Amino acid sequence: MLDASEGYVTEDGRQIGGVVMEMKNITLRFGGVVAIKDISFDIREGEIRAIIGPNGAGKSSMLNVISGFYVPQEGEVFFHGKKRPQMRPYEVAQQGIARTFQNIALFEGMSVLDNVMTGRLNHMKTGLFSQALWKGKAEREETENREIVERVIDFLEIQHIRKTPVSRLPYGLKKRVELARALAAEPKLLLLDEPMAGMNVEEKEDMSRFILDVNDEFGTTIALIEHDMGVVMDLSDRVVVMDYGKKIGDGTPDEVRTNQDVIDAYLGVSHD
Amino acid sequence: MFYREAGDFKISYNQDNQTFPIRFDRYRYYAVMVFAFAVVPFIINDYWANAIMLPFLIYAIAAIGLNILTGYCGQVSLGTGGFMAVGAYACYKLMTAFPDVSMFIHVLLAGGITALVGVLFGLPSLRIKGFYLAVATLAAQFFLVWLFNRVPWFYNYSASGQINAPERDVFGIIITGPNAPAWATYLFCLVFLAFCALMARNLTRGTIGRKWMAIRDMDIAAEIIGVNPMKAKMTAFAVSSFFVGIAGALFFAVYLGAVEVGEVFNIQKSFLVLFMVIIGGLGSIFGSFAGAAFLVLLPVVLKVVGADMLGWPTDIVAHLQLVIVGALIILFLIMEPHGLAQLWRVAKEKLRLWPFPH
Repeated sequence: MLDASEGYVTEDGRQIGGVVMEMKNITLRFGGVVAIKDISFDIREGEIRAIIGPNGAGKSSMLNVISGFYVPQEGEVFFHGKKRPQMRPYEVAQQGIARTFQNIALFEGMSVLDNVMTGRLNHMKTGLFSQALWKGKAEREETENREIVERVIDFLEIQHIRKTPVSRLPYGLKKRVELARALAAEPKLLLLDEPMAGMNVEEKEDMSRFILDVNDEFGTTIALIEHDMGVVMDLSDRVVVMDYGKKIGDGTPDEVRTNQDVIDAYLGVSHD
Repeated sequence: MFYREAGDFKISYNQDNQTFPIRFDRYRYYAVMVFAFAVVPFIINDYWANAIMLPFLIYAIAAIGLNILTGYCGQVSLGTGGFMAVGAYACYKLMTAFPDVSMFIHVLLAGGITALVGVLFGLPSLRIKGFYLAVATLAAQFFLVWLFNRVPWFYNYSASGQINAPERDVFGIIITGPNAPAWATYLFCLVFLAFCALMARNLTRGTIGRKWMAIRDMDIAAEIIGVNPMKAKMTAFAVSSFFVGIAGALFFAVYLGAVEVGEVFNIQKSFLVLFMVIIGGLGSIFGSFAGAAFLVLLPVVLKVVGADMLGWPTDIVAHLQLVIVGALIILFLIMEPHGLAQLWRVAKEKLRLWPFPH
C-alpha cells in the first residue's frame, strides 16, 4: 500500500505528489436509500484519478460530495490535509475545486467567451462601485482575466466560436466549452463527470488528449468518472471501483483489471 | 453596405470589450447623444416634454431597472410600482426636510433608500422562484401602497393625503414645480437616464453581470462554479431598485408634481413597466429604451391618428390601445421572447450583408 505522506512515480515517469483530497468513511443516504456506504479513498497531487462502476453505483453522488453539493451523513473530507467544515457549494469552488457536469450545465443565454469568463469569477474581486464606473480597476481586472481565458480558449481550440451563443453549439463543442470554463478557474482539483458521454470515437480521442494535456501542462489534479473502460484504463493513474455504493476496488488500472470483485461486478457472477 | 465591420480591427481586449464594438454603431451613438444633449433642449416645448419626452426618459430608467432584475438575473418582479412609490416618497420627504440641498442629491438618495427597501423585499427570492416570487413581490406592491396611504408621516400630514413637489432647483435653475421650464426638466431627466444606462451597461458586461446571468440561466450550476446566490440576487435587487427608485422620484417630482399613491403607483404601473421590458427585450439595455419608447408613443400615436385624423370617438381609441398592447404582449411572447431588441439585432445582421448577401 502507498504511504500517505509520499508520492509515487507513474508508469510513464510522472512524479505524483502528496494527498490533495482525502475522503474518510463517507456515507451518504437519501431517506432509506444508501447511495454511498463507508467509502474512503484519496486523490494525490498531479494524478488522474478515475471513479468507475456500473450504473447507479454512486459515482456521481461521490463527485457531488466532493464538490459540496451533497452533504454526507457520516464521514470526513480532508482537503490539503485540513478537515473541511460543512460548506456551501460556492465556498468549495472558491477553495479551488472546479467541475464539469454529466448533463452539460452551461449558461445558454451567454456567449462562449462569457461562459468561460464565469470560470474566472473567483479570481475577480472588484466591488459593485468600481464595476459600475468600469474605467480603471474593473477594466484592468477584466483584461487580465481575459488574457488567461484566451489562453484556455487557445488551448482547447475553440477560438472560432468565441462570440457564438452557447445555445447554438453542437454537443461535442459544448462539452469542450464546459471543460474550458472549469479550466479557466485554474483549479487545484478538477472534477470531470463523464467528460466523454455521448461522443463518437474521434471526439473521445480529442477529449482524452485535452485531459492528458491539461494534466501535463498545468499539473492539474483530475478526478474523473467515465464509462468507457478503454479510455479510463489508458488515462488514469489510479482507479476507484464502486458498486452499489460500496468500494470494491482501488489501485492502478492493472490491479483493478485483475481484481475478482471488479470482474464480478462488471460481468456478473453465477448464483449456482 | 451601410453597416459593416470589415476593416474594423481590434488590437486590444479593451477595444473588443467596448460598448459599441462596431464603428458605425459608435458614431450613431455619438450622434444621438449630441442630438439629445445639444439640440433637443433648444427646440423642446411643453407639449413635447410632458406628453412624450419626460415619460419616455423616466420609464426608460424604470425599465432598465426592472430589466436588470428580470432580464439579467431572472427574478420576476411585480413590485415595480411599489418601488417607484418608495422613490417618490423618499424624494418628497428629503425635499421637504432639506430644502436647500440640490435635487441631484435628493434623487440619488431616494434611489439609495429604494435600493435598501428592494433588498428587504428581495429576501424571499433566496427561497422561492418563478411564479411564487412574483406573488411575493406582488405583496410588496400592495403593502407599500397601503403603507404610504395609511401612515400620515409619509405625506407630511397633508389633508388631501397627496404629496406635492415644492419648487426646487439645481444650480439656480428651477427643476420641479409648475414654473420649471421644459428644457430644464428634460435635461435633468436625460442626465439621470444617461447615467443609469451607462452604469447598467458597465455592470452587465463585467463579473457582476455574468453572475446575474449565470443565476438566471442555471442557478445550481452557478452556485457550484462559485457564484454566491445570495450576494448575486441581493445586488440585483439593490441595483434594480436603485434605478426604479430614481425613476419614481423623477416621476413624482419632475413629471407629475403631485401624486396620490393609489392612483399613480398602483399595480397597473408595475405591469406597464413589465410590458415595456417584455416588448423591448429581456436582457437588453437597448430593449429597455425601445420598450419604453414604444409604450409611451403608442397612445400618443393612436390619439393623433385615430381621434384627430380619422375622427374616431376617444373612448374607442382608448380601448383600442388596450387591445393592441394585449395582442402585442401575446405576439411577442410567442414569436420573439427577446423583443424589439432581438428584432433590431436581426435587422443589423441582415444589414451587414445587404444588398449583396453572398
